[in-house]
Amino acid sequence: MTTPPRAAPHVWARCWANPSSRAFAALVLVLALGCWFNAEGAFYKLGTHRDALRQASVYGLLACGMTLVIVSGGIDLAVGSVLALSAVTFSLLSIHWGWSAWLTVPCTLLVGGLCGTASGSITALWRIQPFIATLAMMVFARGLAKTVSGGMKVSTAVQQADGTYQFVPVPAIFRGIDSRVLGGNLSVVTLVLVACALLAWLALARHRWGRHLLAIGGNEEAARLSGVPVTRTKILAYAASGLFAAVAGICQAAQEQQGDPEAGVGYELTAIAIVVIGGTSLMGGRGGMGLTLLGMLTIGYLEKVLSINAVPEASRLMLTGLIIILAVLAQRRRRS
Amino acid sequence: MTPPATITASAPPLARLRGITKRFGQVTVLDRVDLDIHSGEILILAGENGAGKSTLIKILGGVHPDFEGTIEINGRPARPRSPLEAASLGVRVIFQELSLVPSMTVADNIFLGRALTRRGFVDDRRQRREARDLLARLGLDLDVDRRVEDLPIARQQLTEIAKALAQEARVLVMDEPTSALNEPEVEALFRLVRQLKERGCGIVYITHKMEEIETIGDRVAVLRDGRLVGGGSLSEVSRDRLVQWMVGREIGGQFPDRRGEPGAERLRLEGFSVPDPARPGAHRVRNVSLTLHAGEILGLGGLQGSGASDLLLGLFGAFGRQPTGRVELDGKPVTLRCPADSIRQGMALLTNDRKATGLVLSLSVTANATLAGLPQLSPGGWRRPAAEETATRTLGERLSLRAASLDQDVQFLSGGNQQKVALAKWLQIKPRVLLLDEPTRGVDIGAKRDIYELLNALTAEGIAIILITSELPELLALSDRILVLHRGGATALLPRGEATAERVLAAAMGHPPTEMTP
Repeated sequence: MTTPPRAAPHVWARCWANPSSRAFAALVLVLALGCWFNAEGAFYKLGTHRDALRQASVYGLLACGMTLVIVSGGIDLAVGSVLALSAVTFSLLSIHWGWSAWLTVPCTLLVGGLCGTASGSITALWRIQPFIATLAMMVFARGLAKTVSGGMKVSTAVQQADGTYQFVPVPAIFRGIDSRVLGGNLSVVTLVLVACALLAWLALARHRWGRHLLAIGGNEEAARLSGVPVTRTKILAYAASGLFAAVAGICQAAQEQQGDPEAGVGYELTAIAIVVIGGTSLMGGRGGMGLTLLGMLTIGYLEKVLSINAVPEASRLMLTGLIIILAVLAQRRRRS
Repeated sequence: MTPPATITASAPPLARLRGITKRFGQVTVLDRVDLDIHSGEILILAGENGAGKSTLIKILGGVHPDFEGTIEINGRPARPRSPLEAASLGVRVIFQELSLVPSMTVADNIFLGRALTRRGFVDDRRQRREARDLLARLGLDLDVDRRVEDLPIARQQLTEIAKALAQEARVLVMDEPTSALNEPEVEALFRLVRQLKERGCGIVYITHKMEEIETIGDRVAVLRDGRLVGGGSLSEVSRDRLVQWMVGREIGGQFPDRRGEPGAERLRLEGFSVPDPARPGAHRVRNVSLTLHAGEILGLGGLQGSGASDLLLGLFGAFGRQPTGRVELDGKPVTLRCPADSIRQGMALLTNDRKATGLVLSLSVTANATLAGLPQLSPGGWRRPAAEETATRTLGERLSLRAASLDQDVQFLSGGNQQKVALAKWLQIKPRVLLLDEPTRGVDIGAKRDIYELLNALTAEGIAIILITSELPELLALSDRILVLHRGGATALLPRGEATAERVLAAAMGHPPTEMTP
């Protein structure tokens, strides 16, 4: 392991050594699976792909923030709960209080960002393991979502002063997010995801902060001794994760036309699975947004292929579990 | 040099080591070492850092089962393959790194691995009773029910000793057992060691401290570069002779000429101390004052536990607000509370363990080389990959760095090239003061030479350097002045003309200070 080998390895071997080509191979495999089991041509319909992307978008949004946290050597279990809290807050402000979207969106983002900042501060300032700190936030944010919503779905049925329910119109922002563009071939939610992924990519690959995140994930002490502001950098990662979870919450609320305090249960695990299938190391210090997008497409298409073939949910879950293990095994670096 | 090849006494030895040779890869760390350990005798094993002492006792203790040569214990050939097997042969080794389970009690630790059981369950009451008996017998005042993690380091060390002695030991090896102990504790330990000696134990005692050698040793054996170079009864061996054995090697040839022309004063430390968080009231660095001039290399000499590394870390801000004392940079007082502060002031610290604290192994050469200088390279926060690559390439050429590509992960580089990347990271910030802790550790000869020449070039540019190296010839050849530390305090300041290996080593072992004018 001292000097790089003189003879260039075979082109395929070199390709396989690159994590992005392995993540890409996994995606191609799932797409091939879709072509094989195309459910009488359903897989070739444009709408199938539109829906696959739309359904994967919320997970993808969570995975954007999760990537930033995971490359820094941490983990954020709270994203599912923060999604629910954001969805409830957004619905409450938009539907019940009738605030304009110019206010509700920033307020919801603020709520998500604050949740992330809190769990980031707990783990970075008090040196509590990220697993524990964000587990606590996961429980707390879920409780807060239920408190804010009174334990009920925040829908367009608004309780009046006399105790009766009256339906109010769905706010424009909800319809806007849930609509499609390009002749109905692309969901707005997918566009939101693309914008967020681009932001996360810029931060991770082109900003000093992203380099600091990777350095902390790879070797925190070396990073500290190189002048990296470790505490601030880490807190910002969790804050960003909270922010992306809030965006996911807004999208989820718009799609369901309600704020469900029970929404997003278990989503954090899907987000982690997406990041890991992409090839970002859970140990930190290695990975990127491109990998996460490939991971998101792999998981999204896998779900879609299984659902258009009417595979029962029980089998779907078991298959997903198996495929996660296979993908991670394929991603494992050979140790010298 | 005509060392006595074997050192014999009248009675047959408890343990007889013959022709012990050990190689790690290409490097021979022990070369045909013969050693006898006698009953009722304390044998001091002496030598510089890296002389092979630890490897030798690890072989005896079964840690390195793979070696050449023979070991006889009580006249019978033996080849301990594990610490457990060594223990069953009556050989007990107390290593420097404690092998205790912090979350378990003293009693549990003493019986670790051979718990007293009744019908498959640990017999707690009996363990505590026997542990208490054992401690009383050894004259150690330890509470068997306390958890080890709640004990101060010194008491942990005593627990370790008690654990080693819980089973009858015929040969007891102690590797610097007093490094964390204070005076009364050292006294207690010595009483215990003498007691064991009277009971017929053979004791091998490794230490760097001259006064300990003279207080407790009966006989001494000196290792240097993996060879047994001398030894004898301590009543016959003089101090000077001992130091000469430890040092006596040819110096020169491998080092470039040093032509330092120190300029103005760059750094001044007055009464600098670093407290020891593990031992309240104690200090890792105690009241050190020094000056450093532009273009000068100030060498820090000292043996293990001298506090030299902690001095650099403390100065660099790695211990936050803990250090006390006055620091002046170019005549202006500065407070350096974190590494980022120091870097902004133009200070750089190359740490002594590049894998643990120097490099981010999972990142590329470029990412590592630009990590400390990133604020300058990314104005407004946005990185400029092209500028980063140019900067890295320039530095890489200057340091003759050999890497397949600058995008390569540093973990795949050789030790020497990794060290060059770590150096590149610090040269990137254009430092005023460069703190180097073991810059040539684990580096091949060629890269060492590159680094020596780089140091000369850097000082010619006016950069001031503080250098720690455990290789005495290197320290002597590269330093313009040498400040010697012993247990956290400065014991000597030797200008280039007066610095000899003997003087540095004598001061490092705690001889009374010679002319100290900072």
